[in-house]
Amino acid sequence: MLENIDFTLVNWSRGQFALTAMFHWLFVPLTLGLAYILAYMETMYVKTGDPEWKRITKFWMKLFGINFAIGVATGIILEFEFGTNWSNYSWFVGDIFGAPLAIEGIMAFFLESTFIAVMFFGWDKVSKRFHLTATWLTAIGASLSAVWILVANAWMQNPVGTFFNPETARNEMTSFWDVFLSETAVNKFVHTITSGFVFAAIFVIGVSSWYLIKNREHLLAKRSIVIASVFGLISSFVLIGTGDSSAKEIVKTQPMKFAAMEALYEGQNNAPLVAFGILGGEENYKNMNADSQSDFLFKIEIPSMLSWLAYGDPDSYVAGMKDLIMGNKEQGILSYKEKIIRGYEAQQSLRALKAAQKEEPNGEKAEALKAKFRDPAFIENNVQYFGYGSFYDPDPIQIEKNAFTMVPPISMTFYAFHIMVMLGGLFLVIFAVFLFLVMRNQLHNKKWLLWAGVWTIPLAYIAQQSGWIVAEVGRQPWVIQDLMPTMKAVTQIDVVSVMTTFFLFAVIFIGLFIAEVRIMVKQIKVGPKKKEDPNNV
Amino acid sequence: MFESLSHLALQQYWWIIISVLGGALVFLMFVQGGQTLIYQIGKDKDERTLLINSLGRKWEFTFTTLVVFGGAFFASFPLFYSTSFGGAYWAWMILLFAFIIQAVSYQFRSQPGNVFGPRTYETFLFINGLIGTFLLGVVVASFFTGSQFSLTDMNEMRWHSAFRGLELLLNVQNLSLGIAVFFLARTLGLLYFLNSIEDETIDKRIRKHLWYNTVPFLVFFLTFIIWLMLNEGYAVMPETGEIFMQDNKYFLNLIQMPVVLVLFLTAIALVLYGIFISLFKKSNSGIWFTGAGSFLTVFSLFLLAGFNNTAFYPSNVDLQSSLTIIKASSSHFTLTVMSYVSLMVPFVAAYIWYTWRAIDKKKIDKDEMTSGEAHFY
Repeated sequence: MLENIDFTLVNWSRGQFALTAMFHWLFVPLTLGLAYILAYMETMYVKTGDPEWKRITKFWMKLFGINFAIGVATGIILEFEFGTNWSNYSWFVGDIFGAPLAIEGIMAFFLESTFIAVMFFGWDKVSKRFHLTATWLTAIGASLSAVWILVANAWMQNPVGTFFNPETARNEMTSFWDVFLSETAVNKFVHTITSGFVFAAIFVIGVSSWYLIKNREHLLAKRSIVIASVFGLISSFVLIGTGDSSAKEIVKTQPMKFAAMEALYEGQNNAPLVAFGILGGEENYKNMNADSQSDFLFKIEIPSMLSWLAYGDPDSYVAGMKDLIMGNKEQGILSYKEKIIRGYEAQQSLRALKAAQKEEPNGEKAEALKAKFRDPAFIENNVQYFGYGSFYDPDPIQIEKNAFTMVPPISMTFYAFHIMVMLGGLFLVIFAVFLFLVMRNQLHNKKWLLWAGVWTIPLAYIAQQSGWIVAEVGRQPWVIQDLMPTMKAVTQIDVVSVMTTFFLFAVIFIGLFIAEVRIMVKQIKVGPKKKEDPNNV
Repeated sequence: MFESLSHLALQQYWWIIISVLGGALVFLMFVQGGQTLIYQIGKDKDERTLLINSLGRKWEFTFTTLVVFGGAFFASFPLFYSTSFGGAYWAWMILLFAFIIQAVSYQFRSQPGNVFGPRTYETFLFINGLIGTFLLGVVVASFFTGSQFSLTDMNEMRWHSAFRGLELLLNVQNLSLGIAVFFLARTLGLLYFLNSIEDETIDKRIRKHLWYNTVPFLVFFLTFIIWLMLNEGYAVMPETGEIFMQDNKYFLNLIQMPVVLVLFLTAIALVLYGIFISLFKKSNSGIWFTGAGSFLTVFSLFLLAGFNNTAFYPSNVDLQSSLTIIKASSSHFTLTVMSYVSLMVPFVAAYIWYTWRAIDKKKIDKDEMTSGEAHFY
């Protein structure tokens, strides 16, 4: 059955979405975090009346504005692409995914776009307090817009609060609160948003460090570093905490992703965590079969740490990729082959229902099949594996082969995960060191450290992108975990059209990126206004 | 409250919300219309900066409305979203590109080091104004003229034209609505400038250009409406859900829904009145009348497309695949949840209104552009 799928189309569509999402994600984290940093700075201005605070706020606000526009421009593309390139998906999940998206628009985007205008144009037109409120509301609006899109994304990783309606052939929502407050949604939101805070803090520290290196804007730089490092430090703790709770949740909801993050082939008790590792033989990871073994050229392990990370118990069993594919009776793990057969049965029942309805819409046969989809046992045993059915083949040996294709790209997931974690640790150290030294007024003469601050900015970009890769590449082949494989979600269209739009996007993005970076660098070089008008503070 | 409503009532409620958003979007396209007039109304750099700054304080609002319009359509009528966006791929993609380049243009245009120079960003704004309005008009026209798609019994879309949406441009009715929306946006743009800019020379130029844009708008709009009233339309048999072609369907809708008829006629009167007082009475408040009229026109056109047993997104290759608000909608539960969210809309509208009043207390003029603080774009 897989031979009916046009994988060139699937891959180009995925490529296009990845290109857009990753490009979008270059700008959003800074918006999320910087908004709060400058809201805090403005609060200081309103509280103290010190014109220097106004000058500092306005400087960061200018950089915020440049960055914000491009985030808006790329955000709308994602919304459109759900429909244009993932048509089957948008029907299948529209009932769940659409609601957060609409709420996002009504609640968050209007808040953001209205008050951002006050932020930029309102300095001389509204009262200080109104302006300050607008700045805080912009920050909250930005965070709110992240809530809803992440709720939607979390549902795709862990589809709860819904049931499959055979009449409409899609999933429908049964509990808004289950969708909104699922463990995945909460973890994902807090983890993502604090990663944005950390990112912005690194950005502010980096830019401020550059001023100190150039012996300019000492007061602005130091005040900014104090605020950013405290903000970054607090955010880092929350980030690490939610990283830990995410891991505990992923091992339950997406065990294959979890195993791929660690390149764990064989399950084991007291599973060690690979603190640092280099994977060997690419081929081994691409064509997995029953004999495949993990292959590290080099690794440093922490004994029992993975078991502890996953279940809070060093003795617990962590399933490897091969356990998940081939099944493990002892651990009560169902094989992919079995899941494929069960999912196929659910799909066949749906086809039978559609055929019966054609003959007689409300006939006995149709009613019986409809009732089957309401039967808890059938839901539990078959419907929850619906998506696996797409990997079915009449030849049982082929099913086993297909099952081995259902692993995410291992090395990409593994490296992205480790890079993300290591950089997260590094940022924590940077915040602590910068805060310590700036408080003791010893920072400005440590040039090497200031340069390190500047060069951490690109690392923060890498960490952000890695996080996205872990979440999105790591869950392949699913667009909706266990229910819809990516290959089934795609719009049926000629691949040339998708390739054309891919390259158009690429050209536009490169152009926008060059313009954005140059404008940003230019504005940083120019620096803040020389002085605030003393009559206007 | 909402959970006690029938599924149909919720579907109708959401179709009304979509219609409101559609109406608001077209009204707010004065931004797009204004963008196409920067070089005709602004004769030197300072004047152009003035015009762009006047629009620059509103563009995000239009943009956000477009995003919300898309999001609300996705949420309430996902089958439309999957069918139209996936099917008419190129129509939506071109529209999308026109909006991507807009979003950065205001912010980047006057920034030093913007690589491509202010002229490029002004061109981007023009392209957005032209394509954004015209293509949206074309796509909305297909709500009445139909598209080439069919649906499988699993609701998977198949598009039957290799042009993937560009074939909509081959239909004269679609073109006439597209052109009408383009000139309407320009008319609204001119009226907005009149209202928000304090400058005598610009004022005179605007009133002259109002003639050049109002006339083609009326010609193309009336062409579309007359065709709409005379032609057959996509009707639904309420008992069976079967779709069939009915003569003068949209005219009948207007007669059978007198409220919509009154709204529609009021709308036209308001549009004309706003233009009239701007041309002959030297008034600056035309935007409010023509704006409200444009909103109501689009609002009532959407009601004509979706209500009174009509298929709002018809297929002209497989009649029975045509989408009605019943067939395309989300579940009862989801619509209920979203209806609660919709209660926030008046609150949102109120804070937008309050904020804009605070910002727009004073008209924008050339002095403000040189004062440093407020000149932004």
